[in-house]
Amino acid sequence: MGMDRRDFIKLAGLSTLLGLGGNSALELLRPGQVAAALEAKPEALTAKRWAMVVDMRQLDEQTAQKCTAACRQVHNVPDFGNPIDPAMKISDADKVRWEIKWIWTAPYDNAFPGDEQEYMDEKVKDLKFLLLCNHCDNPPCVRVCPTKATFRREDGIVMMDMHRCIGCRFCMAACPFSARSFNWKDPRPYIKKEFPDYPTREIGVVEKCTFCNERLANGLMPACVVASQGALAFGDLRDPKSKVRELLDSNFTIRRKPFLGTNPQVYYIV
Amino acid sequence: MEDKYRNEFGGFAEKPKVPKKFYDLKYILLGLAIFFGLVISPILPNLGKIVAAPSPKLDTPAILKLAEKERQCVMPTPYMRANHMQLLIDWREAAVRNGNREFINPEGKKFTVSLSNTCMECHSNKTQFCDQCHNFVAVTPNCWGCHLDKEQKVAQGGAK
Repeated sequence: MGMDRRDFIKLAGLSTLLGLGGNSALELLRPGQVAAALEAKPEALTAKRWAMVVDMRQLDEQTAQKCTAACRQVHNVPDFGNPIDPAMKISDADKVRWEIKWIWTAPYDNAFPGDEQEYMDEKVKDLKFLLLCNHCDNPPCVRVCPTKATFRREDGIVMMDMHRCIGCRFCMAACPFSARSFNWKDPRPYIKKEFPDYPTREIGVVEKCTFCNERLANGLMPACVVASQGALAFGDLRDPKSKVRELLDSNFTIRRKPFLGTNPQVYYIV
Repeated sequence: MEDKYRNEFGGFAEKPKVPKKFYDLKYILLGLAIFFGLVISPILPNLGKIVAAPSPKLDTPAILKLAEKERQCVMPTPYMRANHMQLLIDWREAAVRNGNREFINPEGKKFTVSLSNTCMECHSNKTQFCDQCHNFVAVTPNCWGCHLDKEQKVAQGGAK
């Protein structure tokens, strides 16, 4: 079949057009036959930079207990002092060794080492500070993770991907806040009441607070913030009108070990 | 000439007399028999047995509650049968790493991206559904080390 140059160019142009626009042309012909999509939920809470402010003036020990209990419950955090089967009781030393911490309390000296004063307000010294993962801007745990199981999200949350964690515990060595815990034991026998909507963990992975990313995705505030009755504020640091910014702008706040350069994003009003 | 062959010096020599005999045949055959016995030993116990084809059950309360027309998984059944593992991995990546927790299927129906809350809400019979095929093809997915299957709760509910 003979073909002159003009016809050849026409044909080539047409086939290029079809090749480029072929798929969308087909979709136009058969509406509704689009590919499946994975998106964020419309009700999800979003921010440029999530942060938390702990107002120690309002947070008494009971409220702190409520916060930790709420976290424990919705994240299936095991309580090694309280096994389902009484035969699985463990020694007090092991309770400390195997403890899983997401959010916990500690006195001033332990929470803010390096900032101790020789003489200071007795009240502050005896306060039980509520501690959790600081979701650092410059997280050392993320830098050392060999599998990228822990990573920093765009909105500042330092996330854990349990599927990828190989249990090397580099992150635990890197974290200056002891916010990470290793599962030395299968946690399931130590979870009295399983929360069905959240997974447990397995033996051999590291876990920590994730700022309740699964609740944020469903439009809910973190469990501890809800349980704190206003003592904890959670919001967008980049939004000048947010609750956290309001508190930070009008109060003197301290952070845990800021001199280490990790830029922690949990602020404390004393 | 046939009985002679040229040696390395160019001369002819008698062919060495080698008796035509298979030495140690008994031991060789015995050794081979033991070897093949070992090789096929894993197959022997199942020889001739008929293993029933897997039959995943779809009669959970959550599915039976739906109208006949709405009994449709997040994707068409043939697709799910062939690709559910890939779909679950995609869901996992979307939810954990990208924070995308809504799945919109080609018909435009929306689902929450969650193994325990979406998949297991309908398929609350893990032993009758998931394990049927997984046991048949001898795969052990490690989902259930962490994710709760909700089976017990449903079983108790059914007994009421």
